[in-house]
Amino acid sequence: MNKTDVLIIGAGPTGLFCAHQLGIIGLNCEIVDNLDKAGGQCIELYPDKPIYDIPAVPECTGEELTNNLLKQIKPFNIKFHLNERVEELKKNQNRWNVKTSGGVEFDVAAIVIAGGVGSFEPRKFPVKECEKFEGNSLFYSIKDKSIFKNKTISIFGGGDSALDWAIELSNASKVNLIHRRDGFSGAEASVQKVKEFHEQGKLNLYTNYQMDTVLGDKNIESVKIKHDEGEIKEIKSDYILGFFGLIMQLGPILDWGLNINKKTVQVNTENFETNVNGIFAIGDICSYPGKLKLILSGFHEGALAARGCFKYAKPDEKLRFEFTTTSKAAQERLGIKK
Amino acid sequence: MAKITYHTHDNKTHKIDVQNGLTVMEGAIQNDIPGIDADCGGGMACATCHVYVKEQWLDKLPAKEDGEEDMLDMAFEPKNNSRLSCQLIVSDELDGLEVNIPSKQG
Repeated sequence: MNKTDVLIIGAGPTGLFCAHQLGIIGLNCEIVDNLDKAGGQCIELYPDKPIYDIPAVPECTGEELTNNLLKQIKPFNIKFHLNERVEELKKNQNRWNVKTSGGVEFDVAAIVIAGGVGSFEPRKFPVKECEKFEGNSLFYSIKDKSIFKNKTISIFGGGDSALDWAIELSNASKVNLIHRRDGFSGAEASVQKVKEFHEQGKLNLYTNYQMDTVLGDKNIESVKIKHDEGEIKEIKSDYILGFFGLIMQLGPILDWGLNINKKTVQVNTENFETNVNGIFAIGDICSYPGKLKLILSGFHEGALAARGCFKYAKPDEKLRFEFTTTSKAAQERLGIKK
Repeated sequence: MAKITYHTHDNKTHKIDVQNGLTVMEGAIQNDIPGIDADCGGGMACATCHVYVKEQWLDKLPAKEDGEEDMLDMAFEPKNNSRLSCQLIVSDELDGLEVNIPSKQG
């Protein structure tokens, strides 16, 4: 059991800055995120795209912003729990017990949901038959590539994951790469390599085809693919891989008794608390009249939510407003030596 | 101002006057038309505002930028008449546009 003052759900820019604000006022926190790294949408959707509207930062990329935020919270030594999705919340007297998908448990005074538009999950095939093979012979990510040795693999997608795995697996497996158009979104060098391998017969490339259906009983036997013009081909396959990027799902947050409207959680604008005492929501996931989905708004919301957590974490103390420029306590917490 | 017709997967038709300068995605969001999620808020980073454009309108719309076709690779059941509605900016020329919203976005 991890005991701390506040649990932050989501390690995007808003969650990271909220951790900073908690640290400044002397509260401890831990952060859970479903992805394997901090940064949220900034890292997952646009690491290289420049952002121009962070106050006093004329231009920075999603990755730079994340790295700077991580640097800013370094003095607080915050514990991250990555690859974990929060599943269950349970009220325990004045505190909350929280459980993640991987079985990590927390005992906290307050919770800040900074979950963006939800947790990132792989985008799946629209074909219904795929469900029964999922996790057995149909995958959206690869954990152990040795199972593919000497097998026939059909890979769907046109981005870097699809191309890289097609190239990599073609060493020891028979690979079919299927994509809905001639163009690819992956790196040009990989596209060239795939085309070269196709000409040399090291892999089969099918463009302008999409999945029609999957056949098989317990395991996949073959996949039918359909051309734009309607022609259908059946190709033998032991495994199917789909790489269509990630989509955001609200997931278990829906079950926590919060007021939810159009995938967002309603909050007050005084301290960004939800309708449930001790649960706060900040960033893209919260809504209130006038809400702007900007990173800078998330920073403001995080600063106020952090202060809102104080009364739950330290009910017998009073929080005094201080500036970091002059507050000895804040500077000590930041590890500043004079 | 343009009248945009959104056909949703529950077989309902929504005819909406959308102001010039807004996107077809924003027209849907502001009028609570179901099926367009627009998770990324119009940044061409998520493909959850995917629509099918009525065939006769395909040539009349501005051409896709590179990034749009890449994102459509990620969309739910993309077809030849697929577009991201966040990239369709409403003007008088789009008056009468009809789009179908897919049964789901992910």
